[in-house]
Amino acid sequence: MTAIAFPGRTTDAATPRRRRGAVNLTLIAGLTLFGLIALAAICAPLLTSADPIAQDLLQARLPPGSPGHLLGTDQLGRDVLSRLLYGGRTDLQVGVLAVVTPFVAGTVLGLLTGWIGGWFDLVVMRVVDVVVAFPFFVLVIALVFALGAGTGSIYVAISMVGWVAYCRIVRGEVLRAKEQEYALAARASGLPTWRILFRHLLPNVVVQAVVFSMSDIVLTILAIVTLSYLGLGVPPPTPDWGSMIQDGQQFLLTQWYIATIPGLAVVLVGFALALVADGLVERFGQR
Amino acid sequence: MIGVRREPQRLAAPVGDGVNTLLEVHDLEVEIPLPHGRLRAVRGVSLQVGAGEAIGVVGESGSGKSLTLRALLGLLPHPARISGGSILLDGVDVTGLPTRRRQQVLTEAMSMVFQDSLTALNPVMRVGDQIAEVPRRRFGMSRSEAHSRAVDLMDRVGIPDPEKRFRAYPHELSGGMRQRICIAIALSAAPRLILADEPTTALDVTIQAQVLDLIDTLRRDEQLGLVLVSHDLAVVSQTCSRVYVMYAGRVVESGEVRELLTGPRHPYTFALLRSVPDPDAPVHRLLTIPGQPPDLTGLHRGCSFAPRCAFAQEQCTTEDDDPQLVPVAAGESGSGSHDSACIRWESAAGWDSDPQPVDVLERHP
Repeated sequence: MTAIAFPGRTTDAATPRRRRGAVNLTLIAGLTLFGLIALAAICAPLLTSADPIAQDLLQARLPPGSPGHLLGTDQLGRDVLSRLLYGGRTDLQVGVLAVVTPFVAGTVLGLLTGWIGGWFDLVVMRVVDVVVAFPFFVLVIALVFALGAGTGSIYVAISMVGWVAYCRIVRGEVLRAKEQEYALAARASGLPTWRILFRHLLPNVVVQAVVFSMSDIVLTILAIVTLSYLGLGVPPPTPDWGSMIQDGQQFLLTQWYIATIPGLAVVLVGFALALVADGLVERFGQR
Repeated sequence: MIGVRREPQRLAAPVGDGVNTLLEVHDLEVEIPLPHGRLRAVRGVSLQVGAGEAIGVVGESGSGKSLTLRALLGLLPHPARISGGSILLDGVDVTGLPTRRRQQVLTEAMSMVFQDSLTALNPVMRVGDQIAEVPRRRFGMSRSEAHSRAVDLMDRVGIPDPEKRFRAYPHELSGGMRQRICIAIALSAAPRLILADEPTTALDVTIQAQVLDLIDTLRRDEQLGLVLVSHDLAVVSQTCSRVYVMYAGRVVESGEVRELLTGPRHPYTFALLRSVPDPDAPVHRLLTIPGQPPDLTGLHRGCSFAPRCAFAQEQCTTEDDDPQLVPVAAGESGSGSHDSACIRWESAAGWDSDPQPVDVLERHP
């Protein structure tokens, strides 16, 4: 055997290990992209000096690349770049926050129902079935309508509907995990139940819920967009991508970019989160 | 030091007089309710272990040996439940205690080592934290006390460079190392009795010997009681002083290990021994036991092994229930008697010379 290393060949031998290796390109790419988008939204006042709600009807519907308006202006002469960045603030904030509550509530309930079982499991799962039986949007729209339009109502409505998915996912994982020997071992060593649940089972079952939450954020942003379209979402003139798309759709044939630019932003966020989700599965997924 | 080999010392401590007895199990029954009737998975098992004593429970898959062990710790899988018998700890019956209290008493006295160390360890927790958990949570040690206790334990079970391994995750360790970690976790609860469910089955033979040696050393140094469940007679004979052979949820034979291996008084034990290759013996055909273990949901007449038994006769199937365990020999120096649940045990001397056992499948289709 020669001692010379062949860089081109060693990769072959290293391939099986790569999955568990330190470099996870999918996860890094997803996190970077999402981080950049979030950073751009957070730093909106630093990136643009234009006011996202200041109208200038003389400068309406300028194409991208116009002087002073990098991405042009909309039908009311508002700067599209500025609205895009500030809209990102609204949508990402609502999208992430409206996922946190159902994530936490659904995960905890799923843990308990999977662990306790019996009548408790039966009752919770029947409630889940009832919620799932209605189409997502029908329930959310009905709830927002009942609670009154606005960001607060969107949080509440999406939380009340969204927890069921997490509950189901986590419950299923708990049912599988609690018969694993490490769960038995934890019980055999006489640890308190809450500790077995949150220290031993939770870290093992939560990955699937985290992966789902990535696509759930995109779904939630879409829900906000839809609600805005129906006049139940973020009230104007607060910029958000949903109302930007709605405003722009009437000019789709003449000034296609007004609707397309915020649409691309939604797609880009979805893409970033999908990469993160895939990366997480690759990193922590079941072997 | 762990690496030091000691002379095997078989008959560790006397039992039977009740003074030294740590754990006694009387007529333990475990049943699994089914949509139509119930499955009697464990049918009247009695065992006893003294401090520093090692007993072995041997049987094939489905013989109820693991369920017996899990019943002792209150870890029966749903919906199995204990339906009879008693568990005595230090001579005190704990069966009548409220569930929570019983669980507490049992887990304080006993620890368990599982078969597959990969699934018995939490995959997303550092092994050191898993060892330190019980000292920290149950004994209220500070973080640093628990840490040094864990490192001590890792050193005791023979893990090199424990300070560094403390931060490892289970998948980063080899099978033997993982099983040592599991043993350290079991010891961390300062138990008086260790229940080991096939602790070496998932390991290769050299590591098996090391792990058995470790368990044996710890048992003797700490005067721990040990219940070793295995399907491997060789493993049990290396470690234990007394053996219980289980078949279809019952103990069919029990006795001092050498006596039982050299002079089995139950055809099942006899057949088990004949199915193990022995490099020293003159070449003989390895025998298999024909048929399948019985369906424990159904009723049967007489001995549950009779349909597969090469020596069964008319009288074996005419009794109403399985034969009782009866003493067949007094046993050596207080190590308990040699018991067999075969009505024909007296004919055992002739079994060896039985030229060719009859085709039992043909006889009992």
